[in-house]
Amino acid sequence: MLTSIKKTLRVLLAAGIAAGSLGAAPLAAGDTVTLVGAGATFPYPIYSKWFDEFHKKNPDVEINYQSIGSGGGIRQVTAKTVDFGATDGPMTNDQLFAVDGKILHLPTVMGAVVVVYNLPNFDGKIQITGPVLADIFLGKIKSWDDSALAALNKGVSLPSAPIVVIHRSDGSGTSYCFTDYLSKVSDAWKSKVGKGTAVNWPAGLGGKGNEGVSGTVKQTAGGIGYVELIYAVQNKIPFMAVKNKAGRFVEASVGGVTAAAKNAEIPADFRVSITDAEGEDAYPISTFTWLLVYERTGGRKGQILHDFLLWMLDEGEKLAPPLGYAPLPDAVAAKVKEAAEKVR
Amino acid sequence: MFVLAPEHLPASPPAPHSREAAGGSSFSRSGKWGDRLFHGTALSFSTGILLLTGGIGASLWRNSSLSRHAFGWKFLVGRVWDPVAGQFGALPFLYGTILTSALALLIAVPLGVGAAIFLSELAPRRLSDIMSFLIELLAAVPSVIYGLLGIFVLVPLVRQFLEPVLGKTLGFLPLFSGPPYGVGFLSAGLILAVMIIPFIITVTREVMLSTPKLLREAAMALGATRWEVATTVVLPFARSGISGAIFLALARALGETMAVTMVIGNTPVVSASLFSPGYTMAAVLANEFTEATGDLYLNALIEIGLVLFGATLIVNALAQLLVWSVKNRGGRR
Repeated sequence: MLTSIKKTLRVLLAAGIAAGSLGAAPLAAGDTVTLVGAGATFPYPIYSKWFDEFHKKNPDVEINYQSIGSGGGIRQVTAKTVDFGATDGPMTNDQLFAVDGKILHLPTVMGAVVVVYNLPNFDGKIQITGPVLADIFLGKIKSWDDSALAALNKGVSLPSAPIVVIHRSDGSGTSYCFTDYLSKVSDAWKSKVGKGTAVNWPAGLGGKGNEGVSGTVKQTAGGIGYVELIYAVQNKIPFMAVKNKAGRFVEASVGGVTAAAKNAEIPADFRVSITDAEGEDAYPISTFTWLLVYERTGGRKGQILHDFLLWMLDEGEKLAPPLGYAPLPDAVAAKVKEAAEKVR
Repeated sequence: MFVLAPEHLPASPPAPHSREAAGGSSFSRSGKWGDRLFHGTALSFSTGILLLTGGIGASLWRNSSLSRHAFGWKFLVGRVWDPVAGQFGALPFLYGTILTSALALLIAVPLGVGAAIFLSELAPRRLSDIMSFLIELLAAVPSVIYGLLGIFVLVPLVRQFLEPVLGKTLGFLPLFSGPPYGVGFLSAGLILAVMIIPFIITVTREVMLSTPKLLREAAMALGATRWEVATTVVLPFARSGISGAIFLALARALGETMAVTMVIGNTPVVSASLFSPGYTMAAVLANEFTEATGDLYLNALIEIGLVLFGATLIVNALAQLLVWSVKNRGGRR
């Protein structure tokens, strides 16, 4: 019994290898090559989709991605235990100096962070500005009927309920994007708290993960928190319209995120924050997520990385919107392509 | 986990099966070699455990050097945890870990021992077996399931009923003051209690059942009631086994991560109120380790692990001392 199963497996395997090498004719260079990557959790769904599709096109290439978190991705790339990394917050200069060789930050897709809330018996729309949001998360604005909030929401009457702030307790790219935005729009936030994957929150409760924050918000009357756009959309949680730099109140959407990157000044190394971006339609709490790639890997692996990056920028971006990620605007994609051409 | 229990038993009353083993002669042919082989194997296994524990301690010590040099002993009393500014102190986490574990023991020990007395002394054997089987199942539930139950069932109940009632009746105590968030020390203690009760019941029942029949019958022959048999014969006999069960439960409570982080509110504060959100050492590790980017930050997190390791050692040592002192007093009586 067992041997027959083994035999069948062996035959299947042989057939698979044969089919694989036939299909891979354009890349055919021998055995299957496995690339290992590690890093950010936020883009994991789209990355695994990409690596799967790329494997279907090139059966002799397997890309194995472990979503261990941005911090882990940066550490592993620095230690060269992986072929590439991924992060939601760019590496600092010090971190880049610590790496032997040159690491490129290549933006892949974009995401947004939305402000969710729970006000029972309230079905209006809430508008908010960055400074007011910062004051709420600093614990300065304590009640929903505060004059600053009332001034922004003239048509609706907000209840006089206490505000319960709920933030992420785990280190995350979502927190990085959110605190990066608050640091840009509020000097008090910048000097007291700052930006990071985890910060010393001056007010409120911590929930673990998007589900922890949204779960606590849903249960707590008067709760306010922040989660990834995709998560709020999939779970039908109401979120606020945020005033952007151009002075318009924008509700987060895939299009609004792409708009945020359209007018941004993109530096040559792509390490740029696109929170509080210029542009009429730009949603202000948006962010890139990056792949961390060695410029010189060499050998077949370098060639595969090169091919994958070009495929990703061309075909891959089309797979992003259905999964809730915003694709790169064409101008940015063209720039990234220029950089990706050099990867070997 | 049952392996622990016999080791804690007093050696005086010989277990029935040890007599049979002594009479066997099948080992005589292999002579001393078999004994030596057995001795060597057992020794290497037990030193392996020592090495493992030592290795964990050593690697935590080595990998936290940056943070140990930066903060020294102040790490233990620092109240600020600010990854952005590079300020790290462990006090709120240490406090949360000890408070929630103590709260859990306070609830779980009387309940667990009481239930074990019922199962071993009063309940019909068949009912006792069925119930213990169900209780053992409880011990096998993954902690993330307890955490989800905590978020969706326990926390709303605590917020809507338990905390308002406690606040109204005992609100003058600092222990029960503050707004009822639901999440916080109280919920974490409750969920931990639920998680450790099965350990206490199962081990305690097993130890109580191993009380020699002779002792029970002797007590009954002297006219003792069931209550008297339980309190004067069974409990003293099982005392060290029960304390073993409690250590095991305590160790689990100190190290529990997932369920706690889901209901404790994850806010590093030191507050006398049980209603306040808090944080534990295991929870902050689970939350922040993956995304910790800076070297000092990572070192500080590993030092939290070191403190947790040390706290577990100290608490267990203290508990062991307590048991010894109780035993000695019992001996003199």
